[in-house]
Amino acid sequence: MNKIQNAFAQGKAFIPFITCGYPNLETTAACVREMVKNGADLIELGIPFSDPTAEGVVIQEANLKALQGGVTTEKVFDFVKNLREEISVPMIFMTYANVVFGYGAEKFISTCAKIGIDGIILPDLPFEEKNEFLPLCRKYNVNLISMIAPTSENRIAKISSAAEGFLYIVSSLGVTGTRSEITTDLAPMIKIVRENTKIPCAIGFGISTPEQAKKMSTLADGVIVGSAIIKIISKYAENAAPFVGEFTKNIKDAIS
Amino acid sequence: MNGRFGIYGGQYIPETLMNAVIELEAAYEKFKHDKNFNDELTKLFNEYAGRPSLLYFAEKMTRDLGGAKIYLKREDLNHTGSHKINNVLGQALLAKKMGKTRLIAETGAGQHGVATATAAALFNMECVIFMGEEDTKRQALNVYRMKLLGAEVVPIKSGTATLKDAVSEAFREWTRRISDTHYCLGSVMGPHPFPTIVRDFQAVISKEIKTQILQKENRLPDYVIACVGGGSNAIGSFYNFLEDKSVKLIGCEAAGRGVETFETAATITTGRAGIFHGMKSYFCQDKFGGIAPVYSISAGLDYPGIGPEHAFLNDTGRAEYVPITDEEAVSAFEYLSKTEGIIPAIESAHAVAYAQKLAPTLPKDKIIVITISGRGDKDCASVAKYRGVDIDE
Repeated sequence: MNKIQNAFAQGKAFIPFITCGYPNLETTAACVREMVKNGADLIELGIPFSDPTAEGVVIQEANLKALQGGVTTEKVFDFVKNLREEISVPMIFMTYANVVFGYGAEKFISTCAKIGIDGIILPDLPFEEKNEFLPLCRKYNVNLISMIAPTSENRIAKISSAAEGFLYIVSSLGVTGTRSEITTDLAPMIKIVRENTKIPCAIGFGISTPEQAKKMSTLADGVIVGSAIIKIISKYAENAAPFVGEFTKNIKDAIS
Repeated sequence: MNGRFGIYGGQYIPETLMNAVIELEAAYEKFKHDKNFNDELTKLFNEYAGRPSLLYFAEKMTRDLGGAKIYLKREDLNHTGSHKINNVLGQALLAKKMGKTRLIAETGAGQHGVATATAAALFNMECVIFMGEEDTKRQALNVYRMKLLGAEVVPIKSGTATLKDAVSEAFREWTRRISDTHYCLGSVMGPHPFPTIVRDFQAVISKEIKTQILQKENRLPDYVIACVGGGSNAIGSFYNFLEDKSVKLIGCEAAGRGVETFETAATITTGRAGIFHGMKSYFCQDKFGGIAPVYSISAGLDYPGIGPEHAFLNDTGRAEYVPITDEEAVSAFEYLSKTEGIIPAIESAHAVAYAQKLAPTLPKDKIIVITISGRGDKDCASVAKYRGVDIDE
């Protein structure tokens, strides 16, 4: 079992997402510490990108503000390297293909391995294009996380059977962002996933409340929350960490 | 189709959209050789869009420049005023065959938005156009035209509020609503199969040029010159000459205030390989892969990328890409207006500007074809402003 799968070993996993450097890297570090202290099992760190096409307005804005604040991929690498000295839960990057490609794929992925990043999620890298980075991810033992969407249908089996680390199940059509209700019938999708892989699966997109998290956790092995956390950071800025901690605790309690 | 032009192209899009592009590819494969489909499209081209467009011998311009013979491929004479209608009629017809009832599209200058709104009106389809807020201000008249045609126009405030952001938002909207919606992408860009589909629908331009020039001159041209943003009119102008190695193909990209400045949109000249908006191609970007804000006086060329087939043609040397500044384009806009009585789109004026430089260096028995991709009425206000003349639109 690899490190990412360890995150799912003690019951349902909670995977919070945070955009690195929003509003600054000190706040990101403080928030991550609070997340871990309050039961987060795996941390998804967003490297800001100029044009995050899979994101709704909340995370788009966070990306933009982080970049305006001067955050770069290199600064995020240094930040993670330091954070890794005190944080032992698995951490993964979420960013866009050009952030990896533009930096130089081998340099990017080998650095991930060096600083203690366990996986990478690239929402604009579907199954058909994963060989762009998969050989390098294997070489450096960094999991390239696969995604399944409500429109995947006949693709679920092949994506699941080739997936590594954990499988990211996109709950709804559209981009990231909180939703009052998740209407997709996820159970049949997850049934096909289970038939094709033993790796854990986590549901993301649209989850913002403990009630939603609880409901989703009955279907999958973990839940991912992003926009709801970014909203808290937007509200409290540099003072967001304790509020993010409290939110983490509420979600973790609901799914435990 | 394999979706690749050398190393470029591909399908770098969210999983949510994968089955939609697979379905589109299957539909296109089914209909592209279908006689009824092609008859229907030809009828639309000829009886609705006004094809074939003229290949006009620009005698005064030729005499004035004193070198090669210059012909203008008059895509500006098409219905809705540009080459965009070729692609839109093709895609709208395909969408209709696929049972889609709603078209969404991005637009920069508004030409593709107007063309899409036009096709939606003709085919009784719902239509939503995404347009950068900056561009809705620069092209207020086109916003009104789209609304007049029954489309909803959504101004995009995110990012630089220009074409790139309109494309991003159209992709986002497509992930929200797929089952009844076709994304009518306006250029030879985005994920496979768009670069191929759009090229095939625009290839009518070079098919006609070839027939027309053989009739007029009994030989092929020596140069075909077209402007390049995403590159749909250029690839349309080049495609049927790709195998004719004697025909030099030249794409003119927008240098804005100059390729040595940051205010440029010259992707081949100043960019490098990257992955964005569904494709691997050349992009203007920073050293961390962040997409660079770009600038050109032409809203239609104000895009940080270029279609993957152009990236490939550049690398193989089959086509050459040259930067043209705002100043050169505006001068060409004025020159063609005064010399031939033809007001070209500011986009097309980039191609005219290069021909002005090239023609005098060539002997009189050489032939240049310039594609005038659109008409310039829409640009009069911004060119006037550039020249310091304040007029009401």
